[in-house]
Amino acid sequence: MKPSASQTWPLKAPDWILNGPEWLSDLGYDFYKSFVFDNRYQMYIKGLGNTLLLTLLALLIGVALGVVISLIRVSWDKNHTEMQGPGRFFLGFFNALAKIYLTVIRGTPAVVQLMIMYFVIFASSRNKVMVAALSFGINSGAYVAEIIRGGIMSIDEGQMEAGRSLGFGYVATMRYIILPQAFKAVLPTLANEFIVLLKETAVAGYVGLTDVTYAGNIIGGNCYDYLFPLLMSALIYLILVMFFTFLVGKLERRLRSSER
Amino acid sequence: MSADIIQAINLEKHFNGGDIKALNGVNASVKKGEVVVVIGPSGSGKSTFLRCLNLLEVPTGGQVLFEGVDITDKRADINLHRQKMGMVFQHFNLFPHMTILKNMTLAPVKLLGKSQAEAEAKAKALLERVGLSDRANAYPSQLSGGQKQRIAIVRALCMDPEVMLFDEPTSALDPEMVGEVLEVMKELAKEGMTMVVVTHEMGFAREMADRVIFMAEGKIVEEGAPEKIFSAPEQARTREFLAKVL
Repeated sequence: MKPSASQTWPLKAPDWILNGPEWLSDLGYDFYKSFVFDNRYQMYIKGLGNTLLLTLLALLIGVALGVVISLIRVSWDKNHTEMQGPGRFFLGFFNALAKIYLTVIRGTPAVVQLMIMYFVIFASSRNKVMVAALSFGINSGAYVAEIIRGGIMSIDEGQMEAGRSLGFGYVATMRYIILPQAFKAVLPTLANEFIVLLKETAVAGYVGLTDVTYAGNIIGGNCYDYLFPLLMSALIYLILVMFFTFLVGKLERRLRSSER
Repeated sequence: MSADIIQAINLEKHFNGGDIKALNGVNASVKKGEVVVVIGPSGSGKSTFLRCLNLLEVPTGGQVLFEGVDITDKRADINLHRQKMGMVFQHFNLFPHMTILKNMTLAPVKLLGKSQAEAEAKAKALLERVGLSDRANAYPSQLSGGQKQRIAIVRALCMDPEVMLFDEPTSALDPEMVGEVLEVMKELAKEGMTMVVVTHEMGFAREMADRVIFMAEGKIVEEGAPEKIFSAPEQARTREFLAKVL
């Protein structure tokens, strides 16, 4: 028999589960209907895939956006007193845009941004993963921008002067000398932003995207029992976060032991 | 055209809209091959003067002529002129994320269009001269202060500059490391490099300078040959300063 979503209630678990002691058979029955019946485990796997894909895409968008925004902000802050002409006007204009972006994105909840994105701006699109990734990416970009800006500002003034004194222009000095150091300095913080982002995507269910949280929620509803499904969702996040935290820790140790 | 390689004309640097006058009308010139040492009490504007020469500090008034070109002019390509003006800083400012060799070859490769091999050959020859060829693949954090400053000097030399500007190159060093850096600078001076040196090392000034400039309160108080400045200063302000430091 083909499993279907409408088939929501297992009337009876297989005998081998029910034949055990009573407490075990109760647990077994709950386990069976939460994960095995109707191939429900596949929904968690699908959710896990979506959560990871969403986080990864959002991170890429966020980092790209964050680098651009932070460069605009830093360039303006350090140079605008000495700039003139159209260059100053354009940089000033983009700096103002960047400030508005940072204020709006950091001043509103990610879930509201997601809903506006899906139900209003991209109301005609049904590609939930792409729309959600864009929304979370734009959200993350604001935080990444401030992280990178902090990294750039933590680099000693003398590095820029040394680069300029050799004959490098402002952009070239940024590219060859300041940014590589800034990235190295903020890499652990960026990795932590990735972990935060991973958990933040848990609101993707608001637009009906089957991520880890939404999978648990739906199955719990279908079973009239949320214990196992939600525990499973929580467990998946926990394992992911523990794994990535471990990686970040390794990264930090490597950076610390390398030359600097 | 004069033999002056650098000419500062009525240089002014005001901060806070004129409240603080770091430079207040400085006229000075440097001839090719000349070693000019700038001395003076802290806050006299000597570092600001030096940094104005390659526009790391943009003067609020006056002009800087380098090889006869007004580099304070907005149409001048300052990056091109800076390639010919090496600068050494008080705090070395080596690039910590690169090896010594990379520190030295980055600018020649990216700006002068040299091949990596060509730039490395020159860098290695220079390292040999300052006795640091064994540190080519080390990172700056693995070097002592004196070594870092010697690297900073040869990094600037890799660009084949016409002039070298030194901004208190020994002030951040432990006393026992001052000598090794001064030694490199002396050698450079003997080879005929044009140098402008801001320093507190009166011994170096006395021995190596062709001309000493004494600055105070953003102005040049007195200038002349080291023998004259150190033994028979004309100005009371100069005598007062030298009495304290000698």
